[in-house]
Amino acid sequence: MQGFRKIGLGVLAMLASLNAYADYSWNFPLPATPMALDTLHVHNKFMTITGVIFLVVLAIMIYSIFSHRKSKSYKPVADKAPSTAVEIFWTLIPFAILLLIDFVIMGIPAYHSVIMMEDTRDKATMVIKITGSQWRWQYEYMDGDAKGIKFVSNLSTPKEQTAKGFQGVKDADYLLEVDNRLVLPVGEKVRVLMTATDVLHNWWVPQFGSSRVAVPGFLRETWVQVDRAGTYRGQCKELCGKGHGYMPIVVDAVPMEQFKVWVAAKKEELAKASAGADKEWTKEDLVTTGKGVYEKNCAVCHQVSGAGLPPAFPALTGSKIANGPIFGADGKYLKDSHLDRVLNGVRVMPSWKALLNDTEIAAVITYERNALGNSVGDVLQPAQVKAARQ
Amino acid sequence: MSTTTVAHHEEHHDHPAGIMRWLTTTNHKDIGTMYLTFSLIMFFVGGSMILAIRAELFQPGLQLLNPEFFNQLIGVHALVMIFAALMPAATGFANWMIPLQIGAPDMALPRLNNWGFWLLPPSAILLTLPFTLALFGIGDGALATGWTFYPPLSVQGGIGVDFAIFAVHLLGISSVLGSINIIVTLFNMRAPGMTLMKMPMFAWGWLITAFLLIATIPVLAGAVTMLLTDRHFGTHFFDAAGGGDPIMFQHLFWFFGHPEVYILLLPVWGFIPQILETFSRKPMYGYKAQVYSLWAIGALAVVVWAHHFFTAGMPVPALLYFMYSTMAISLPLAVLFFCWIKTMWKGSMSFETPMLFAVGWIILFGIGGLTGLVLADVAADAQYHNSYFVVAHFHYTLFAGGIMGIMAGTYYWLPKMTGHMYSEKLGKLHFWLTAISFNLTFIPQFFLGLAGMPRRIPDYALQFAEFNMISSIAAFVLGFSQLLFVYNIVSCARGGKKATDQVWEGAKGLEWTLPSPPPYHSFTEQPTVK
Repeated sequence: MQGFRKIGLGVLAMLASLNAYADYSWNFPLPATPMALDTLHVHNKFMTITGVIFLVVLAIMIYSIFSHRKSKSYKPVADKAPSTAVEIFWTLIPFAILLLIDFVIMGIPAYHSVIMMEDTRDKATMVIKITGSQWRWQYEYMDGDAKGIKFVSNLSTPKEQTAKGFQGVKDADYLLEVDNRLVLPVGEKVRVLMTATDVLHNWWVPQFGSSRVAVPGFLRETWVQVDRAGTYRGQCKELCGKGHGYMPIVVDAVPMEQFKVWVAAKKEELAKASAGADKEWTKEDLVTTGKGVYEKNCAVCHQVSGAGLPPAFPALTGSKIANGPIFGADGKYLKDSHLDRVLNGVRVMPSWKALLNDTEIAAVITYERNALGNSVGDVLQPAQVKAARQ
Repeated sequence: MSTTTVAHHEEHHDHPAGIMRWLTTTNHKDIGTMYLTFSLIMFFVGGSMILAIRAELFQPGLQLLNPEFFNQLIGVHALVMIFAALMPAATGFANWMIPLQIGAPDMALPRLNNWGFWLLPPSAILLTLPFTLALFGIGDGALATGWTFYPPLSVQGGIGVDFAIFAVHLLGISSVLGSINIIVTLFNMRAPGMTLMKMPMFAWGWLITAFLLIATIPVLAGAVTMLLTDRHFGTHFFDAAGGGDPIMFQHLFWFFGHPEVYILLLPVWGFIPQILETFSRKPMYGYKAQVYSLWAIGALAVVVWAHHFFTAGMPVPALLYFMYSTMAISLPLAVLFFCWIKTMWKGSMSFETPMLFAVGWIILFGIGGLTGLVLADVAADAQYHNSYFVVAHFHYTLFAGGIMGIMAGTYYWLPKMTGHMYSEKLGKLHFWLTAISFNLTFIPQFFLGLAGMPRRIPDYALQFAEFNMISSIAAFVLGFSQLLFVYNIVSCARGGKKATDQVWEGAKGLEWTLPSPPPYHSFTEQPTVK
């Protein structure tokens, strides 16, 4: 009964939502960039052409199915010896129709769309770099005032909602909300460089119409020009492991003045964070900060409790590495030490060098050594991480 | 040939009973039956995997599966359906019907034929064993990369990837052996008078399939072997840090993967016209045009592979080339569609189950073909790629175009193979349930893709809920309807109304001149074709 009620509710909800989304739930979402607009036009045009072909052919078939039946004593036409010339003539007709559709009616607009899509540089006023990692995006502004702004963007839907068996009410933007949004100025053509640190990812915002695979070790490029202010959401669309469904994209497109204000604020915030790296931290502060960093970045594999998911993802509780020494007698960090693992990664464990700042790395290591059932008792200072990076 | 030698001959080939009969058989009918049975079993194995996935996707949130397990199911579902359900079904029909259709006593290489089949069960075990091993704490389950093995994810993966690589090796060897056998049989064992251009269309479809398999399977085997050495022996074919390129794998994989689509479909394009002419009571239209179109598609199949990864980034000339060459496939396909419909046109049609499936097949496969045409467009593909739109598209080609075609063939030849008529009533019910629930499963997925739902995600945002719910309910109806299919086949094999030699009023061709079921050794005396 419960099941039937759910289905009934589902059908009702569906009918209601058809009203709510009205225009666009049956097609691409409302385009926000010239490329998405072009894609929508191309798509609509091709769908119309193929739809017409389909319906015409279907009508012919249905006519034949109902008229040329044995039950209506329809006599099959006597086939004469196949006259090759007639046969060739008839079979060339569909060939010619498709030739026209493929290479003229569809082929010419498709050509222009490709050229537009691949022209990433003309009139581009800004460059950003997007790096995909398991399972988060990193954004970096490469030029202009914003140069040097760099941050990581993680899923921010509460963990209990994404956990198995959650029964409560989900956020409206369930799975489509992040902690740090990418901010872009409206109306500017932004050249987007794309890469990855571990496996393939694909940065896709449906309303932008551009999608490009992020390939580790290579730079790919595309562009976006958001013409309407607003918030746009998307997801990774290249299978990238168990967190593939959990690395959303949120972009705020804002007017230029607002973008400048955001840039100034973000720069100040980053300066503060880097200043924090030089001061001496207490163990308690590091552990408190570290808990947040751990749960955001590490818990997906090593679990909130530190128990891991062996054999792929080892436990941190009682782990040799998390309880062993970090620095050798010469003051340099040891190979295969806790710090080495976090900075450089190994096999499935990603390198966090580029994703986390000095304070975050120091905090998370201190947390892992003094919580999760471990009690080494030592403290790793951000300044030591900074030194280790050199 | 005197009667006594014939009797002696038969006696000499008296076969062992029980399990040894099936292990050691070199008879094309026995091997064909084993292929078809194996295919049917694996169809349910692959189907139950996808029902678990549809149950998980019934509503947003995680209910039943962990993301890791979800990823394993999607990849193994595809490998099982492609390599262990669809391909063996086509090979099973080839084994059963090609000798009967061309008037040969058996396949040309019967022992190799036996080996070709017996490679399949071990590879199916290799594919699915990691699931079981994981239950005992060995490894972390099956391949979790999707069926495409894309590195670096597959280099990162656990032992499931190695198992899948070896399974693909075995399946590849089996396919190449089967293909060699079919080519040798078709070139050497046709009845006197049957020139190549008089060969049944099914034989033509398989001949081109066999060439495609021999051309492309070694490339796949090479690619997965490179992956294996990347994983375990320190090579860097697909690792940028060592001078390799992950996208290189995609080129190699799809050089096999795109022809694979036609490998699955060409045999079906072969026997569907035969079904159409039988139930239209009128010879197929444009035999020559169809043969040339099949060749054209076979040739185009190996030069369009990169349209599977337009978004991976490639130079503009490459994008344009792959776009236009992909669109060109629609030209021979349009000719084929025209010939199929022209075969029905002004025939005297009756709609027994095989005909229902064949006509439904034309319509649904048509949707798959037309959506393929729009997918070829590079700009729009940026939106469709890896979204549910693509999932819906390739299920229209592979479920409707492949499996529903195989079902048409099954109902068409089952009376010939078993000697009994199946239940027409259940067959028709099976058709309508399948056709309707198939559409209700996959039409919503077109809209999901357009709305922006990526494929291969275990959980989704709330705006995708309604379409997923419809799709899941319909998928379960689709899945359970297939039990009718099994019931019908099993009860037909066990008994039922005797089938005549010709079975269908309009059936023409050598296989319909034999008794139903045909004797264990048929055409011991070669027929002649005028």
